[in-house]
Amino acid sequence: MAGIIVNQSKITDIDGAVKLCPFGAIEYTSNEVQINAACKLCMICVKKGPEGAFIFQEDKVEEIDKSLWKGVAVYVDHLDGDIHPVTLELIGKAKELAAKINHPVYAVFIGSNVTEKANDLLHYGVDEVFVYDNAALKDFKIEPYTAAFEDFISKVKPSTILVGATTLGRSLAPRVAARFKTGLTADCTILDVKENTDLVQIRPAFGGNIMAQIITPNHRPQFATVRYKIFNAPERSENPNGKVTVGTVPQDKLASAIEVLKIKQKEAEENISDAEVIVVAGRGIKKEKDLEMINELAAALGGQVACTRPLIEAGWGDPKKQIGLSGRTVRPKLIITCAVSGSVQFKAGMSNSDVIIAIDEDPKAAIFDVAHYGIVGDIYQVVPSLLEKIKSM
Amino acid sequence: MEIVVCIKQVPGTTEVKVDEKGNLIRDGIDSKMNPYDLYAVETALKIKEEKGAKVNVITMGPPQSEAVLREAFMMGADDAYLLTDRKFAGADVLATSYALYQGVLKTGKPQLIICGKQTTDGDTAQVGPEMAEYLGIPHVANVKKIHEVKENSIVVEMDMPTTMEIVEVQFPCLVTVEKGIFQPRLPSYKRKKQTVNKEIVKFSLKDFEDQDEKQYGSSGSPTQVERIFPPDVNTDKEMWEGSGEELGDKLFKKLADLKFV
Ligand SMILES: Cc1cc2nc3c(=O)[nH]c(=O)nc-3n(C[C@H](O)[C@H](O)[C@H](O)COP(=O)(O)OP(=O)(O)OC[C@H]3O[C@@H](n4cnc5c(N)ncnc54)[C@H](O)[C@@H]3O)c2cc1C
Ligand SMILES: Nc1ncnc2c1ncn2[C@@H]1O[C@H](COP(=O)(O)O)[C@@H](O)[C@H]1O
Repeated sequence: MAGIIVNQSKITDIDGAVKLCPFGAIEYTSNEVQINAACKLCMICVKKGPEGAFIFQEDKVEEIDKSLWKGVAVYVDHLDGDIHPVTLELIGKAKELAAKINHPVYAVFIGSNVTEKANDLLHYGVDEVFVYDNAALKDFKIEPYTAAFEDFISKVKPSTILVGATTLGRSLAPRVAARFKTGLTADCTILDVKENTDLVQIRPAFGGNIMAQIITPNHRPQFATVRYKIFNAPERSENPNGKVTVGTVPQDKLASAIEVLKIKQKEAEENISDAEVIVVAGRGIKKEKDLEMINELAAALGGQVACTRPLIEAGWGDPKKQIGLSGRTVRPKLIITCAVSGSVQFKAGMSNSDVIIAIDEDPKAAIFDVAHYGIVGDIYQVVPSLLEKIKSM
Repeated sequence: MEIVVCIKQVPGTTEVKVDEKGNLIRDGIDSKMNPYDLYAVETALKIKEEKGAKVNVITMGPPQSEAVLREAFMMGADDAYLLTDRKFAGADVLATSYALYQGVLKTGKPQLIICGKQTTDGDTAQVGPEMAEYLGIPHVANVKKIHEVKENSIVVEMDMPTTMEIVEVQFPCLVTVEKGIFQPRLPSYKRKKQTVNKEIVKFSLKDFEDQDEKQYGSSGSPTQVERIFPPDVNTDKEMWEGSGEELGDKLFKKLADLKFV
């Protein structure tokens, strides 16, 4: 079993050893320093502990033949054939990754009456679109969708599969990944690929102010989900390239224990992901009432208001207005953050914005690491002063 | 009917921070039940009150995660299962789901499994669907409302970006519930007194049907953390200091320059 081995003889300072672990996974019981189930294999104890005290022991693994898995595939997220824009963004990234390792780019399109639409993807540089078009696939039901996806993977053997982290993608990708007993990394913010075709997946991790680089060294396919507005969509080219291939799912695998009784259209609501200008309120806002000043600023700039997680937790905002890892990703032309410290989780949702202006009284706030204009000041002074100027225009 | 609710202990208010050298630091081991899982427990208890059901809660984690099971007792859960073993450590989504799947098998024959939408520390929203796959049962994610619990099925409302879908799912099945599906009740003092000594069933690898170590913990995890590092710093920026008045003025001019006002 892979894990951390403790070399008791190398430990002189027991207390210090126990304190090494930020997750409380090192404990002193039965006169021994032990690693408990809280271990996340972050390797801090190996690196920071006394020399040779904590040793990482790896498993012997059966190597897989990675050359048998070829292609970077994108799942086509859509509603009744309307393709979600995250799909094109992923195709853009897939092309980049595929070019590095000389792999083809695939798309897998599952639905009803979608074959026509599949042709459109050929304008974006997909080499081959695999279509599963069947009336039984009209509504999203987990079993038949997984069956179609499974058929695609078994036949095509793609090395990497990118899925949009939409509501549907977050439900489907883990299901398919588990079927193939392979790895899935959620909400990646940076993707790259190694020469040996290992996908380099980077995302905020451990709930801390830290990024992790995650790989799936010995399993294929490698699954990653990515949110909307993280990558760039490619330009549409006039001339289509590549081909559409029709796949079929065996009839018996189209059955489902789920019956869709009714679909209600939700009222179209403002979506911060589509906003061109956003003003963000952070925990430096002292009272709910003070949000008025933020609302006013957003209105004056013709933009929308968003907030950080603590404000949502306090019940001061609609969860749909949260920016970040567990909220939405945004990419506006202008974003002004007001009293936001700039945790990795927050930045993961906005760092690609065109112009970032940050107002924070702490000159060391991490938000200034991504800001283009960093304003060290009190929002209770800067914002009213700015509003006054705008009003007297 | 039998219901299993999957709950997890997550760090409380203290967050993991990183120092200048990129080391993780965390003071205090303040922890709590994953807030989304409170909704999952509440959903099960509502069904119990309405239809009669046995509500079992399960968690995989270090021994101290017993605390969240006790909390579930105080809310009204019937039996609790703690899956704990050093061999489960370092588990990614796949290995976590596998251990929970093995654990769920040991609780009986549940018709319904309820998970929270996501955890506030792992934050993947993937454990539920992966477990459902292992169990070979259908799942519905993002459930916002329970319409009806029937003899052999459940009618739920699923929250999709532009639509609300009402679907009927046959038992056995797994659902992941959204925040706000029901208002979670507070742990009751009376139940606390009644359940302080109530036994928590503990399982380790040797209790499972599948005892192959390669399925669990870091060995059963296809994904590996290759390195951790502090986020990028953009050095190409302007920093402004001054009085509120000056800064407001300067900002106004910049916004005008950039044609936002
Ligand atoms: C798994 C996980 C996922 C998460 N997902 C998200 C997410 O999606 N979105 C999110 O936002 N967070 C998320 N978080 C939480 C995140 O780690 C931070 O806790 C959060 O972003 C902090 O919000 P904040 O910047 O508003 O508050 P704080 O960190 O408290 O920062 C407040 C800032 O305001 C400044 N300030 C105070 N008063 C004033 C004033 N009068 N004038 C000017 N400046 C002032 C302070 O200097 C400070 O920098 C997540 C955490 C985890 C573990
Ligand atoms: N270690 C665990 N023990 C029990 N349930 C878990 C565990 N990890 C995740 N879950 C369940 O799976 C849901 C989604 O978790 P996650 O995929 O980590 O976001 C949670 O809300 C829990 O219901």
